[in-house]
Amino acid sequence: MNLIVKNIIRLFLVLFIQVFILKKIPPLHGMAIPYFYFILILWLPYKISRSALLIYAFFLGIIVDIFYKTPGLHSAASLLLAYLRPFVVNLLLPKESTEWGENAPTRFTMGFMQYFTYVIFLTIVHNAYLIFLEWMQFGNLLYFTGKLLVTTFISLLLILISEMLVNRKTSYR
Amino acid sequence: MRNIFLFLKKYAILLLFLFLQMISLVMLFSYNDFHQTVYWTLSNDLSGDINERINVVEEFISLKTENENLRAQNALLLEQLSVSNMQPDTTSQVENALMIKDSTKVTRQFIYMPAKVLSSSVFLQQNYIMLHRGSDQGIKPNMAVVGIGGLIGTVVYASKNISLVMSLINRDSKVIAVLKKGSGLGEISWDGKDPSILLLSKVPKTINVNKGDSIVTSPYSDRFPPGILIGFVDKVDFDQETNTFRLKVKTAIDFNSVQHAYVVNNLMQPEIDQLKEKVKKE
Repeated sequence: MNLIVKNIIRLFLVLFIQVFILKKIPPLHGMAIPYFYFILILWLPYKISRSALLIYAFFLGIIVDIFYKTPGLHSAASLLLAYLRPFVVNLLLPKESTEWGENAPTRFTMGFMQYFTYVIFLTIVHNAYLIFLEWMQFGNLLYFTGKLLVTTFISLLLILISEMLVNRKTSYR
Repeated sequence: MRNIFLFLKKYAILLLFLFLQMISLVMLFSYNDFHQTVYWTLSNDLSGDINERINVVEEFISLKTENENLRAQNALLLEQLSVSNMQPDTTSQVENALMIKDSTKVTRQFIYMPAKVLSSSVFLQQNYIMLHRGSDQGIKPNMAVVGIGGLIGTVVYASKNISLVMSLINRDSKVIAVLKKGSGLGEISWDGKDPSILLLSKVPKTINVNKGDSIVTSPYSDRFPPGILIGFVDKVDFDQETNTFRLKVKTAIDFNSVQHAYVVNNLMQPEIDQLKEKVKKE
């Protein structure tokens, strides 16, 4: 399937799940909020330009914000994620990212360990920034530290599930 | 000049990132004086429309419990009908089912307007409920919103057909409340943790409070009708610093599954506002 069509379908599907299903779930133990919409940024192909990545992340965040009624919160977090993504990819894969063509970061193209380092690191960055911004407005530090741990765990779990459900095995060049 | 362009070219990505990040943060931190801006109108219209479609499905799923609630509400209203009550006072007569007319003056103060709930959030720090009624149906900001069985919150923004309600479980929500027994004026707020637990602070320690006591809206509030149930005392804490009680209050309404609400129009509101304005000026 065409790369663009594929990503658009993915966008609608993920946003639907995030905004209409996960938003309804009450927070576990009063703190764990399931976030996984940023998987869209994680799964974009290597060759996407950095400015396009930033703009995509910004608008993705804005859409989530519109439904969560938190102007700027999710867009700020997903922007940071999109900004750091190329650095992390270059760090884990010493090759030029353009060499990878239409391939996206998967456990096949990157290798198991590298891919999960990539996912875990960026998930923690996203959630930490999100929760830090919430904490700046109110609340105590200990509560938000706990919240970060639980939220990250839930996010990783959701990403793992989607990793199992979606077959993203692309041909290895 | 050339250096400037070189600099811009070199750091274009970083600058774009900082620029977009700045937009986000400005939106985030100018939040409180927010609800008049373009963003709300836009987001309200957009997400309201989509929420409306999704709501059709959700409403069907929760039809059974909702019916039970409505039946209970009906029973409550039937009890208040004139046929179930005697009218001992000759100075007042029943004009229609619910409106009692005094021989000298109409006593009606509050009008309840039914509205369907389009979306409701419970686990954010700022929780809002969206109603399928707006300024075209006479809803204005600052009106109280009551659900089946308890208080929900206050209207903060009304577009044409959709209005946004700040629910009790919002960090910015402040409601004056009182124990149903008649004493213990305090302020209901939320600490952002458990969506079913509110805090009632500044209750004088001279009052006898027990677990399970009802908390209702205060008669001194100019926005809420008096005596609307807010919740029940869950835990009594003593605050050493201010020498007052801090009560944990279990909400009467389950904000997670609220489907119908009534927007309360206080007919005396313009008069109250006028008077306040006058006092402010002097």
